[in-house]
Amino acid sequence: MADEITLEVARYRPEVDSSPVMQSYQVPLREHWAVLDGLTYIKDQLDGTLSFRWSCRMGICGSCGMTVNGEPVLSCATFLTDYAPGPVRVEPLHNFPVIRDLVIDIEDFMAKLPTVKPWIVRDVQSPVEQGEYLQTPEELEEYQQYSMCINCMLCYSACPVYALEPEFIGPAAIALAQRYNLDSRDEGAAERLEVLSSPEGIWACTFVGECSAACPKGVDPAGAIQRYKLTAATQTVKNLLMPRSKR
Amino acid sequence: MTASTGRSYRRPIALFWWLSRRSYLLFVLRELSAVFVAWFVVYLLLLVNAIGDGAPSYARFVDWSGSSWVLVLNLIALAFVLLHVVTWFGLAPRAMVVRLRGHRIPPPQIVAAHYLAWLLLSAIVAWVVLR
Amino acid sequence: MSTFHDVVVIGGGGAGLRAAIAVAETNPALRVAVISKVYPMRSHTVSAEGGAAAVSAADDSLDEHAYDTVSGGDWLCDQDAVEAFVAEAPRELLRLEHWGCPWSRQPDGRIAVRAFGGMKKKRTWFAADRTGFHLLHTLFQTALSYSDIVRYDEWYVTKILVDDGRAYGVVAIELATGRIETITASAVIVCTGGCGRVFPFTTNANIKTGDGMALAYRAGAALKDMEFVQYHPTGLPFTGILITEAARAEGGWLLNKDGYRYLQDYDLGTPTPDPVLRNMELGPRDRLSQAFVHEFEKGRTIDTPYGPVVNLDLRHLGAKLIDAKLPFVRELCSKYQNIDPVTSLVPVRPVVHYMMGGIHTDIRGATSLDGLYAAGEVACVSINGANRLGSNSLPECLVFGNRAGRAAAVFAARYRQAVPSAVQAMARDEERRLAEELARHAEGHERIADIRTEMQTTMENGAGIFRDGDSLTKASDQLHELRMRFAHAAIDDHSKDFNTELIALLELGFMMDVAESIIACALQREESRGAHQRTDFPRRDDERFLAHSLIQRGADGTGRVSYLPVTITRWPPGERIYGR
Repeated sequence: MADEITLEVARYRPEVDSSPVMQSYQVPLREHWAVLDGLTYIKDQLDGTLSFRWSCRMGICGSCGMTVNGEPVLSCATFLTDYAPGPVRVEPLHNFPVIRDLVIDIEDFMAKLPTVKPWIVRDVQSPVEQGEYLQTPEELEEYQQYSMCINCMLCYSACPVYALEPEFIGPAAIALAQRYNLDSRDEGAAERLEVLSSPEGIWACTFVGECSAACPKGVDPAGAIQRYKLTAATQTVKNLLMPRSKR
Repeated sequence: MTASTGRSYRRPIALFWWLSRRSYLLFVLRELSAVFVAWFVVYLLLLVNAIGDGAPSYARFVDWSGSSWVLVLNLIALAFVLLHVVTWFGLAPRAMVVRLRGHRIPPPQIVAAHYLAWLLLSAIVAWVVLR
Repeated sequence: MSTFHDVVVIGGGGAGLRAAIAVAETNPALRVAVISKVYPMRSHTVSAEGGAAAVSAADDSLDEHAYDTVSGGDWLCDQDAVEAFVAEAPRELLRLEHWGCPWSRQPDGRIAVRAFGGMKKKRTWFAADRTGFHLLHTLFQTALSYSDIVRYDEWYVTKILVDDGRAYGVVAIELATGRIETITASAVIVCTGGCGRVFPFTTNANIKTGDGMALAYRAGAALKDMEFVQYHPTGLPFTGILITEAARAEGGWLLNKDGYRYLQDYDLGTPTPDPVLRNMELGPRDRLSQAFVHEFEKGRTIDTPYGPVVNLDLRHLGAKLIDAKLPFVRELCSKYQNIDPVTSLVPVRPVVHYMMGGIHTDIRGATSLDGLYAAGEVACVSINGANRLGSNSLPECLVFGNRAGRAAAVFAARYRQAVPSAVQAMARDEERRLAEELARHAEGHERIADIRTEMQTTMENGAGIFRDGDSLTKASDQLHELRMRFAHAAIDDHSKDFNTELIALLELGFMMDVAESIIACALQREESRGAHQRTDFPRRDDERFLAHSLIQRGADGTGRVSYLPVTITRWPPGERIYGR
């Protein structure tokens, strides 16, 4: 094994660059080193001006999503040895405005997230003194997968619909809405219906499936969206047939 | 310290972005398949119309259908409709969660059920037509 | 520029979000803001794995939880705080349940509990082994429903504004643009978490640089019990990724290089095939980490390129249990260590995990400055004493986040006051200082990373699992030297846009303060208690040191250590007994 590998890193400094330029760095190629370790090595030893986000380096905080050799990945969970002999191309996640180097602007997602009401909605909140809302392991399993989203944005980066129609609410937000819709403690499905079944919601999705392929946590947002399409369609038909019935 | 420009960079979308990945290509082809599904509907309506107008009209329709370009078009359309069906069926288990006596039916069985239903319907149609 | 909020919360993790919600609920008329250097859902709470303790089983009692906590903390806990904590923990966890936290359940739908280290009963609620992740996302998503909570995401606080013993707000930098803004407030709550990055090998995320501790310290608040640093016995070598205590609670064994369950040699009980509470692998973290060092000294650990390790054996648990209860452990081992715990031994070694000490607060979360509150790991109430028990920290974030939020809300409503001109001048000074620092460090020649690495090594060598007067004095001298070099640290990045090098410099400055206070307190405490083990003073000394150390910054910038008696209510100091 060679003891070094080249990282080609996208640099974008808004005050000097009009578009990103690639810069090459030689970093040690060691067992267990993630792409992120290569980047921190650059930052610490070679070039302090390189900017990127990272925090937990254990694949749970969702900060370090990047495009590595064209694929959206968590850079803390993507290993240099898998790319040997290199070079490894590191770019910011696609489909987002780039603030600086590898740092993307996720404000669009942050603004969309509350619109799907990703919290428990209930007609009547029972006081905590009465104890927990009962929920069997089977009921928990019903939504558990969708609760695993770490908001890393890899799914948005992989989604061509989001690239073409930035209005699209997007995979993670819809999966999180489904996470609450399917929670036995929640009663907010009707409130989420309007936003989710709008043209910017589920119907914008054409089931490319890349969001689920990119997801590092096995959330399957594509599945969540298709499942909700069926629910929304059924609901629409019901409303047509029985306009007077509630919900 | 230099002043912040507050200017972020937006990557332009390449014209042939959909060629960059197999799944993107497949997705564009599947989107395209809708055109051919629509064509089959039109074709069917033309057929019904021709039958309704009597035997000579139907004969003209059959002649027209036998022309090479209509044959080619229909063959292409068939390929796209098959693509449409296969991807549609593939997606079915992710869209529907079916429970039988409290147990979730595994995805392969849902897909199998779809193909079975397809086969069955085709058999019925074939029986009506070829009887 | 200057903006006003009634209450400003620094930090958007478990404690910060809980505090913000508490403010919004206590008094909806108050304007509350959360300032966080990362998006809240990236906060380090996300990494907590094993669970959250609160009495819920029929055979359990608040007294037992309190006793486990007090004895686990080697009697340095304030017992009034512990009693309040154990009493409110169940309610807080239930509230989280009502907010949607996907707690693991029993077949009948009730909350499931698991065993945890140092706990005599099963009382740890869990969401598989991603409890912190689910807790944080539940809080974050619930906080989204409070449209009145204003967020400053990716803003970095550089100073708490204090005049005449009262906090009036903060100065902060917006990372994306480099804009510096004064954010004034009637009350400030510090919830920035711990400082594990002061050490070289830690489970803590990159963001855990002790910012809040240093901010409060510089503002004149006292820090408490800073010498108590928790080493978690099971971290993956190289990465330091945490392998949760739940792995042992579900039945995992710690084996030395001979495959021997070595904990039996360290007064932690006798091995049994199934896990026994407060016994062997379910002993407290301080004792387990100390046992590792003794094993190393006996030559019974295994050498690896990343230091000596022992093995965590989960193989006998089977794939089914591991996938159901410890899926994240399996994921982490396979991704970061290339091993499957179902079939292989997991190499582990002690790793810096948690700071028992922090900003000195009372039982309401109030610090020694008016209008300044703190909660979570950054604070020291103290319910953790000399050694925190696993699964007490998440409920601590909730209980004391809530308490601090309520207290701050009351204070902010009662003492609404115009910001004195002295504070405005101070804010302008801070803005000027930041500009000058940048200009000065642009001329620097020392790499930030080099100073940081040397500081971390100094801390590991001087104030590790075992310390003594010599190692601490040496560390103190080295830190002093590093402080000199820090003045010449270089910044190559002169951009305003997302300048992470500038942040790294400011963080390093904060870490140096924290490191110095750890060393100063450790040097003065001439006894061994919990996580503070002095080889030159190997015994606990209740005569002299049944007291919290308080360190305050003097006018000359150096810390002065004093002592505050421990509050004892019902459990007089006794012997810590495990496994017998």
